[in-house]
Amino acid sequence: MIVVDLSAFLVLSAFLFSCGIACIATKRNAIGILIGVELVLNAANLNFVAAARYLPSFRLEGQIFAIMVIVMAAAEAAVALAIFLNFYHTHTTIDVESASDLQG
Amino acid sequence: MMSFETVMFVILATLTGGSSVAVVLSRQMVRAAVWLLITLIGVSGLYFYLGAEFLGATQLIVYVGGTLVLVVFGVMLTEPGKTERVTVGPTGWCLAGFLSASMFFLLVLVMLNSGKSSSPAVDKATEWPGVGPIGLAFLGLPQSPNQPGYLLPFELISVHLLVVLIGAAYLARAKRKPASEAGGTVVRVEPVPDAGEGESL
Repeated sequence: MIVVDLSAFLVLSAFLFSCGIACIATKRNAIGILIGVELVLNAANLNFVAAARYLPSFRLEGQIFAIMVIVMAAAEAAVALAIFLNFYHTHTTIDVESASDLQG
Repeated sequence: MMSFETVMFVILATLTGGSSVAVVLSRQMVRAAVWLLITLIGVSGLYFYLGAEFLGATQLIVYVGGTLVLVVFGVMLTEPGKTERVTVGPTGWCLAGFLSASMFFLLVLVMLNSGKSSSPAVDKATEWPGVGPIGLAFLGLPQSPNQPGYLLPFELISVHLLVVLIGAAYLARAKRKPASEAGGTVVRVEPVPDAGEGESL
């Protein structure tokens, strides 16, 4: 009889996190990097909620922190896309390799 | 023998993990966004599985309904050129694979070691807080005296979201071209109404 315990969720969230890291590292498209960041934030959120479920002293806090992370992710996505749109207007590409204007 | 709960977890975890791998491997941004949609739905299913219904609904509404739509609009508004590559070359793939694999094993090592000491099971005795306790805690009205309230973080994050959204709308607004670039069109358009008005007057 296999019981799903906290470590199963921890391993799954570690997997999501490393997928996000791989997505950030491999994509040259700026929106791909944003998608990777979303994956990383979801992994953190999954950890929060799983800890809230399995640790009684973390009942409320886990959910509250997860809600805050969701709001922060929405704000971050809005700002990032605004910056990408601006960058696309000036450079006609969102390849992060071409964002080298500030290089000395 | 696997119980129903275990089967549900395996299905949800496979859905989430598989689609997140597909996000990494997809070479078109639209496909990556669709795989991200499936990942987010899987994570929200895991929230429902854990009993956090409010959080699962919030994930569906805010992430799937809001953030992902933003991402898809970003993909549509910034069409990359035909020759432009979306991912890095083979060296970058090797480095990224090494980085993420070592990160994964490090995290699993640390998490399993830290979780081994307690290895808690789902505690069904204490009540799982639903929307009511969460809302009261956000309003700074905790139900038990030793529990902290979260009114200040709630206000901070509300104002933060408002400021960020105004800033994003300001950044992404349709800009008028500078006069030197737009001069041609302005000169071509302006004389016509001027001449018409002059004749009628």
